[in-house]
Amino acid sequence: MADLRTSFLGIESPNPFWLASAPPTDKAYNVNRAFEAGWGGAVWKTLGESGPPIVNVSGPRYGALHSNERRVIGFNNIELITDRPLETNLEEIRQVKRDWPDRALVASVMLPMNEAAWSKYLPMIEDTGCDGFELNFGCPHGMSERGMGAAVGQVPEYIQMATEWAKQATSLPVIVKLTPNVTNIVPPAKAALDGGADAVSLINTINSIMRVDYDSLTMYPTTDGMGTHGGYCGEAVKPIALNMVAEIARNADTAKLPVSGIGGITDWRDAVDFLALGASNVQICTAAMVYGFRIIDDLVDGLGTFLDDKGMTLAELVGKAVPSVTDWQYLNLNYVEKAVIDQDLCIECGRCHVVCEDTSHQAITSMVDGKRRFEVIDDACVGCNLCVSVCPVDGCITMRQVSDDDADKLNWTQHPNNPMRTTD
Amino acid sequence: MTRPAEQPDVRPSRLSRDEIEANFQDLHPPLGRSEALIEADRCYFCFDAPCTAACPTGIDIPVFIQKIRSDNVRGSGKTILGENIMGGMCARVCPTEVLCEEACVRNTHEEKPVEIGLLQRYATDPIIDSGVQLFARAAPSGKTVAVVGGGPAGLSCAHRLAVLGHNVVVFNRDEKPGGLNEYGIAAYKTVDDFAQTEVEYILSIGGIDVRNNVALGEDVQLRELIDAHDAVFLGIGLSRANDLGIEGESLDGVVNAVDYIAELRQAEDKSTMPIGRTVVVIGGGMTAIDIAVQSRHLGAEQVHMVYRRGPDEMSASAFEQALAQTTGVAIHHRAPPNRILGDEHVTGVEFTSDGGRFVLFADMVFKAIGQQIGGFSEFAMQDGRIVVDAGHGTSIDKVWAGGDCVVGGSDLTVTAVQHGKLAAIDIDRTLRGAPDG
Repeated sequence: MADLRTSFLGIESPNPFWLASAPPTDKAYNVNRAFEAGWGGAVWKTLGESGPPIVNVSGPRYGALHSNERRVIGFNNIELITDRPLETNLEEIRQVKRDWPDRALVASVMLPMNEAAWSKYLPMIEDTGCDGFELNFGCPHGMSERGMGAAVGQVPEYIQMATEWAKQATSLPVIVKLTPNVTNIVPPAKAALDGGADAVSLINTINSIMRVDYDSLTMYPTTDGMGTHGGYCGEAVKPIALNMVAEIARNADTAKLPVSGIGGITDWRDAVDFLALGASNVQICTAAMVYGFRIIDDLVDGLGTFLDDKGMTLAELVGKAVPSVTDWQYLNLNYVEKAVIDQDLCIECGRCHVVCEDTSHQAITSMVDGKRRFEVIDDACVGCNLCVSVCPVDGCITMRQVSDDDADKLNWTQHPNNPMRTTD
Repeated sequence: MTRPAEQPDVRPSRLSRDEIEANFQDLHPPLGRSEALIEADRCYFCFDAPCTAACPTGIDIPVFIQKIRSDNVRGSGKTILGENIMGGMCARVCPTEVLCEEACVRNTHEEKPVEIGLLQRYATDPIIDSGVQLFARAAPSGKTVAVVGGGPAGLSCAHRLAVLGHNVVVFNRDEKPGGLNEYGIAAYKTVDDFAQTEVEYILSIGGIDVRNNVALGEDVQLRELIDAHDAVFLGIGLSRANDLGIEGESLDGVVNAVDYIAELRQAEDKSTMPIGRTVVVIGGGMTAIDIAVQSRHLGAEQVHMVYRRGPDEMSASAFEQALAQTTGVAIHHRAPPNRILGDEHVTGVEFTSDGGRFVLFADMVFKAIGQQIGGFSEFAMQDGRIVVDAGHGTSIDKVWAGGDCVVGGSDLTVTAVQHGKLAAIDIDRTLRGAPDG
């Protein structure tokens, strides 16, 4: 099988799958179990200053968005950084790294915005033998109210400043973990780069309220009747994360910045998404919290088999899809696709018809010659992909190119309807 | 086959009371909430759904399933009961494998339809059990309609008429209302006295006066009903069991299946029902299956179901046939009965088949070869059933009819419910003097 060994910023790991800094990496016990299961690395649950430990709520920390089958689609949490003494964590990091020298072990840190804290703690943590640092500028709840986490990550100047302090305090690689709770991810990434970061990791969790309790009509979950927004993650956030990763990968200012991809990765295909859109490795938390560590089997095996089938190396996959991402204005408006329904696969549910009829372009029949039959009306079809999206049978409806390959390309910047068009 | 040493061997308690009780438990146990949510998720919410088209009462099945998905169970029940007030019973007894579930597009996708019947039961049971009233009666019309027959057709008609603001008097032949739901359906399909619970729910709308033990033609005459009411609906079913017309039919131990099933349904303790050691059932429909299976459940050691034509012509569905076979019933095809053997009590039945004559020994013989309407000559009839128009009006002014007694009756509860509903809508339109169409 394809070689999945990865060197991220010189940090070696047997595969590109790291556990993200989160509850699964809070203790040696958990991390040992993860490494036994085959995980390539772990980013230790975020460490803070020594002193009185962090206090968590003693009610629900997690909330889930379920499918009807109670599959967890989305997940949120209001847990803070590690609530164990710094000394305990350092001792365990030291021991775990000693026991698992071939695995990546990165320390996540969150410190106040003063240089003294960084110069005090980073060397202390580096002394454990850990492979690098991840700066947590992402947590959107609790710690951000104390001027850390997302409160830093939302201000590029702070990111740069704290990154500089970190780089001065350690010789190990520094990864800056970005918050998605910004309108544009590129400035924070650029700030990290300017501050000397070796890489960025993203996304951290998204501000979220899961739902309302239908009996009490309070938000849900609550602590003694009151709730607060948590950080959203899990499968549902993947598209948001992919866009942010791709934005960094295709922006000239940040394209060279290595990315560790995070956000809803559950199986190997999700990992391919992140890698192809520019991430050099990936980090996972929610899927492990939902299914346990043994999902690593499919992640490793699936990615390896995929690379074998493609005849590619892992390095060749990284960034492979980035050139295909552009701005809307550069899309070829002369290119035409239309939907085709494979009548042999069609089960005649009619979903394509009704959604096209109700919400789109009235381009799919429901009857042909008095019989229930769903066919695309080419003249009406605008190729929107809605029918493909809703069809319950994989591969039954596909898109077919109808414009000529050699037809002239025409994008919005050149389009006659665009008063701002560029002219030769 | 060796002749049994002692005939006739007909007695109660062939099995212990507990064994028999266990045998008559719910055929399809109801779905729990998780099961229902998972199953509901399988519905594709089809456009112009084939399942709805296949439902004789036209229940909007994707919509009721959608409401189960969103935990709007009462709304789901209302979607069902609004089209089919006996949606609870139909969820239990409909041959869904040849109706909604046969039409399910999941069959094409994976050969496993959505369990529509069980989902329908999940949505309707809480309503029927709690008695929550989903319907409101329209302003009183001042009209009174006589409904003859307390079965599915009659009660469906009565309920819709009551909702539409009319008063209804139901003339019911039996001791209890419910018709075949109460006296005909196999006991393991409707446990815990569900038929009566459902009747109570239907009657709770108000405006329906049920008179039991009143038989048309005996206790009351059609002409009197016509004269005394604004309209009459006949849902009288098929009350006379067909005869075989062969030698030995009047021997002891030769029983009409429908009569035995009715008695069995009413028996508090089913182990008191005498059943033969060896039972022969003649017929190929649902009633034949029901009596054959229930004979086995009562402890008959050998049960033969003999049908005069081939498997494809049997009106019992493939599911029902399989149920009989897995219960231990031997099904024989293409063997019409020739004569019933015995002196006083039946000892066997002689059949004709392609391979020549053969005899099956029997301690009891059940006739399940269909029923016919009992003694009407005043209506236009076809094939022994009353001819009706699209609104279920008969050839006699002011008289409507539906259910098994009319042309188009299919011996299914669901069809009878639809007939009663259609007739009620037509009666309402007629009584209000609205123009046709």
